[in-house]
Amino acid sequence: MGQITLKQVTKSFGNVEVIPSLDLEIGDGEFTVFVGPSGCGKSTLLRLIAGLEDISSGQILIDGQDATSVPPAKRGLAMVFQSYALYPHMSVRKNIAFPLRMAKLHKAEQDRRVEQAAAVLNLTDYLDRRPGQLSGGQRQRVAIGRAIVREPSAFLFDEPLSNLDAALRVGMRLEISELHERLKTTMIYVTHDQVEAMTMADKIVVLRAGNIEQVGSPLELYKNPRNQFVAGFIGSPKMNFIQGEEAAKYGAHTIGIRPEHIAVSETDGTWSGIVSVSEHLGSDTFFHIHDTGLADTITVRAGGEIGFRHGDRIHMTPREDVIHKFNENGLRFT
Amino acid sequence: MATQQSRSAARIMMAPAVFLLLGWMLIPLCMTLFFSFKKYLPLRGDSMANGLEWVGFANYVRFVSSSSFWPSIQTTLIIVGGVLVITIVLGIALAILLDQPMWGQGVVRILVIAPFFVMPTVSALVWKNMFMDPVNGILAHLWKFFGAEPIQWLSQASLPSLVMIVSWQWLPFATLILLTAIQSLDSEQLEAAEMDGAPVHKRFFFIVLPHLARAITIVTLIQTIFLLAIFAEIFVTTGGAFGTKTLSYLIFQRVLESQNVGLGSAGGVYAIILANIVAIFLMRIVGKNLDA
Ligand SMILES: Nc1ncnc2c1ncn2[C@@H]1O[C@H](COP(=O)(O)OP(=O)(O)OP(=O)(O)O)[C@@H](O)[C@H]1O
Ligand SMILES: [Mg+2]
Repeated sequence: MGQITLKQVTKSFGNVEVIPSLDLEIGDGEFTVFVGPSGCGKSTLLRLIAGLEDISSGQILIDGQDATSVPPAKRGLAMVFQSYALYPHMSVRKNIAFPLRMAKLHKAEQDRRVEQAAAVLNLTDYLDRRPGQLSGGQRQRVAIGRAIVREPSAFLFDEPLSNLDAALRVGMRLEISELHERLKTTMIYVTHDQVEAMTMADKIVVLRAGNIEQVGSPLELYKNPRNQFVAGFIGSPKMNFIQGEEAAKYGAHTIGIRPEHIAVSETDGTWSGIVSVSEHLGSDTFFHIHDTGLADTITVRAGGEIGFRHGDRIHMTPREDVIHKFNENGLRFT
Repeated sequence: MATQQSRSAARIMMAPAVFLLLGWMLIPLCMTLFFSFKKYLPLRGDSMANGLEWVGFANYVRFVSSSSFWPSIQTTLIIVGGVLVITIVLGIALAILLDQPMWGQGVVRILVIAPFFVMPTVSALVWKNMFMDPVNGILAHLWKFFGAEPIQWLSQASLPSLVMIVSWQWLPFATLILLTAIQSLDSEQLEAAEMDGAPVHKRFFFIVLPHLARAITIVTLIQTIFLLAIFAEIFVTTGGAFGTKTLSYLIFQRVLESQNVGLGSAGGVYAIILANIVAIFLMRIVGKNLDA
């Protein structure tokens, strides 16, 4: 079991309100991702759930039980920290066994669970090393190992991949997703990388300045963002926003169109501009287009073979059915 | 120093300092060794100019067979050991306290460090006259307030009193080193341990104490070197009476009170040997700890 409910939770540090009243429901077995820009209160929210910070008001329920004043160790949650927080003077084996040792489990049972976790995480060969003798990815796995041996009702991850290089990040992302498939345990995952959010989440919670902007599945957020902030945050490259005359044609204050929803042509289109940068990724090409009279830059995604160069004139046609319309408060309508 | 080149460059750069230090140390050392094999009683008319009589190991044998020798070794070890235990235990406690956020932290930290800046002679005098005086000392008044007979600190409990005075001097040093070590502990480690179900005392023993191991060895090493040579505190308080004669104090008495330079020098050589045994011992521990 691992159902977590936040009821009107608020948090202030001194007189700085970091989280104004917030309600959230996290279902059992769900992979929930908190995303938002830096400083929006993701870590704080996670630490409130973990019990490492006291909430200023409101209630936290875990499996229907009021956990607001339950100490962290008794909440049955395991956390993986951004810095891994491994114990440097203990071997990998002792690190992973630490929570079991604190729970006074039998030595044999401890060993069995450590071996099992090590097998799952490919750490068997490193059990007798110190954390200082491991690579970043291995340390990350030890931290996860230390979390899974406790068999918690939910895992909390605070930007666990941000210290890894890009290739390793993709690998670990898959491993964590696989782990979730296998364990079916609730996971709450904090990141500011929307790609991680899109690829891993069952449910994404978009935060801004401590407020929940929108909650939903990745595709829901992609297709139906509630407002301009979510629309800009979800999706890569970012959605193009166009204001003024062109938006007025659609009866909106601002219109948004994703780079992948614009078709390009050499000869004709609704809009036109000059290519300033073209990024060739092989499978795709991203064009950054200036002098459109619409916005500073319009980003467009096209197939890998399309070869416009710097300075070429390019014509664009947006897909009318996926144009998002926002009013002057940034809220989306239709 | 990673490369061959940087290593040899380092050697050349360090050479002048090393030679200076060697000369500085070797000349007095050689003279001590030289005198320790001679009969040299200035009051009986012995002098360098007249030529000193070679007596072989006689001084060494006499120094060790003196009835004060073994008690002085014991006193030295008790003082060093006692002060180390007190300063490290209290130092850790104080460091943990000072690490907590509190009002007036800066001032409190400076106050805690203050005793370290008081000269040994002065602090021993302050303790002797203001705290431990059996008639007018604060401690005597305290004892009387509770209706107890005041303790004659420096004669009845001379060794504990000395340990107390010296600990008071060295506690700031230990606290300071341990405080910086505690401050370098990653708070996420403590939080992880807390989530792993470790209560406060287990967090201390499993996380904080191992983190402090290196700082503790450094404090031990540095303090031992200085504590083996304490002198002013004894000179000012008991003058070596009441079983407070340490090895260095005994040597002082042999040379200056008995005016026997040869005998004192032999004692000095013993002190060098003792200090080196301790140093080798400690270097091993530190070396092991610094590698990790
Ligand atoms: N102990 C604290 N005292 C005062 N303010 C704090 C404290 N911890 C966090 N804050 C403030 O709360 C806000 C949210 O911080 P938080 O660490 O939750 O951000 P975040 O979303 O995790 O950001 P990042 O992506 O950079 O990690 C920040 O503005 C921060 O300055
Ligand atoms: Mg954070």
